[in-house]
Amino acid sequence: MAETFAFYLFSGLAILASALVIGQRNPMYSVLLLVASFGAMAGLFIQLDAPFVAVALMIVYAGAIMVLFLFVVMLLNAPQEDALQYDRTHPFRHPVLMRFGALLAAILVVQLAYALLRAPDLRVPVAGRADASVVGSVAELGRVLFDRHVFAFEATSILILVAMVGAVVLARRESGPQ
Amino acid sequence: MIPLNDYLIVSAILFALGATGVFLRRNLITILLSIEIMLNAVNLTFVAFGRYAADVNGQIIVFFVMTVAAAEAAVGLALVIALFRNRESLNPDAFTSLKW
Amino acid sequence: MTRMTLTFAIELLIIFITFFMLINASAVLVLAERKIMGFMQQRYGPYLVGPHGLLQPLADILKLLMKEELRPKGADKWLFTLAPILSVTAAFAAFSTVPWGAETTLFGLLDRPVKLGVTDVNVGILVIFAITSMGVYGIVLAGWSSNSKYSLFGGLRASAQMISYELSYATSLAAVIVLAGTLSVREVVDSQAGTWFGFIQHWWIFLQPVGFIVYAIAGVAETNRAPFDFPEAEQELVAGYNTEYSSVRFALFPQAEYINMATMSAVATDLYLGGWHGLLPFYTPIDPLIEQYGLGWLVFLAKVGGFLFFYIWMRWTLPRYRYDQLMHFGWKFLLPLSVINLLLTAAGVLYFNG
Repeated sequence: MAETFAFYLFSGLAILASALVIGQRNPMYSVLLLVASFGAMAGLFIQLDAPFVAVALMIVYAGAIMVLFLFVVMLLNAPQEDALQYDRTHPFRHPVLMRFGALLAAILVVQLAYALLRAPDLRVPVAGRADASVVGSVAELGRVLFDRHVFAFEATSILILVAMVGAVVLARRESGPQ
Repeated sequence: MIPLNDYLIVSAILFALGATGVFLRRNLITILLSIEIMLNAVNLTFVAFGRYAADVNGQIIVFFVMTVAAAEAAVGLALVIALFRNRESLNPDAFTSLKW
Repeated sequence: MTRMTLTFAIELLIIFITFFMLINASAVLVLAERKIMGFMQQRYGPYLVGPHGLLQPLADILKLLMKEELRPKGADKWLFTLAPILSVTAAFAAFSTVPWGAETTLFGLLDRPVKLGVTDVNVGILVIFAITSMGVYGIVLAGWSSNSKYSLFGGLRASAQMISYELSYATSLAAVIVLAGTLSVREVVDSQAGTWFGFIQHWWIFLQPVGFIVYAIAGVAETNRAPFDFPEAEQELVAGYNTEYSSVRFALFPQAEYINMATMSAVATDLYLGGWHGLLPFYTPIDPLIEQYGLGWLVFLAKVGGFLFFYIWMRWTLPRYRYDQLMHFGWKFLLPLSVINLLLTAAGVLYFNG
């Protein structure tokens, strides 16, 4: 009972916040609404007995990546979304684009839902098969991560190093006499 | 007991919202944010299936997806900064010099 | 009232007591800071309001509440009000997984022992860390939404500083997690019960001296306290990110800062100084008496108080870091030091525990 209420609350918040993210003119508001959406998703993850993933989501996504977005929005002094000279109306008020885009989005949802729900045995409780002890334990997560996936783990560390160097090089100002 | 269905439907809606944002918005930063929404929806699908199959690999893939999303956001934002310095605009329609 | 609902009521009461104590902590710290600063500077602190100035925080709060609520013309309507709310909410919420006492049955009154602390989750340390990361948003939004140069610079500097020192903070905590083998704060505290060789307490600070120092420094930098308080330096930046704030919105920022201080001190006490186990660094005959009568929370309060005194002492003794020195120190000295600490701790645990 409380579980169902929590699920609808968190998923409703996540969907509402994401819908507002793509509908806001001011990019600052979009970033903050996305942080709220991540908070709601963290709640959903906790309900799925994945507390470590939920907390990691808050630390990495909402605590670091979104702060990076916020910095960029502030430093660029990103204006309200301005249309070019020949396209003065906001895309969401452009009637043809809006209707066609919404129609395509609805078709996408229907297709995804159909594809995901086609198997008849998915109408089962998500926690039905096994208890939470093997899935929710952080020690088990660490054991499998560093045992079977150690190569992928090391590869992602090199990936992050490359991304860091790349970001610094790309955002550097042109310096020098030429 | 919440059926697996519901999590998958939530994830589908979030993914569709993210895709709509990527296609319809004319602001580079909002496009990057919509990509993050899509990646997050996929995270939810992975964890839901992982919980259903009592497999911890669902959460491990989420780990890697988060890492790759962080790297991609960093490089993407660096590109946005470089582009903004060049054209003073965040509208993707302003970068048309490679168009025929 | 059956014993079951009495337990539930006592648990709610404990949550209320925690919240109440946090609010009082910020008020008491306002007075404590000014008094201790005064005595260090060879003068009395405030002494007019109430006996020995004990009602000074009340006067401060009344003054702040009765000021005019200003909002600059170009300030963003929603974000200007949201920023202090975010700051103070993150500050309060971060204390939720910090335990402040052992389990107690109130001398047999309850049917099952109730834990002293708001809650206890199996990833408690990470929850504290995640919610502390949310506190960055309050400051950066305050700087941005005030639509003023000084505020923007203060906000950017404060948030960059907080993010930089979060890394050393987390890595030094990770070393304690490796030692204790668990992510839950209550279990880390319970792993510090007992003594070594019969007279040295089993506190993790004795195995992690470098980690403790790194944690203390990173904690001071996280809460934007001196000597790392460049973002709100009165002499340089007017008041940094809270320049344009007044009255209630302003009052929430120092309150968030003091509660962050209290949280850092509480986490340091729980993870390094043994929490409520053991009053002094060596074994004294009082320790089993404390365990028996359930007075561990007094020991906890004493240790947190000592740590807070250390905070205040540092502020009024050390000069301020310049901003580039601050970043240099955080990235090029503190982070490698904490990573090496983690490596050595992990190697030690692996060697000694097979």
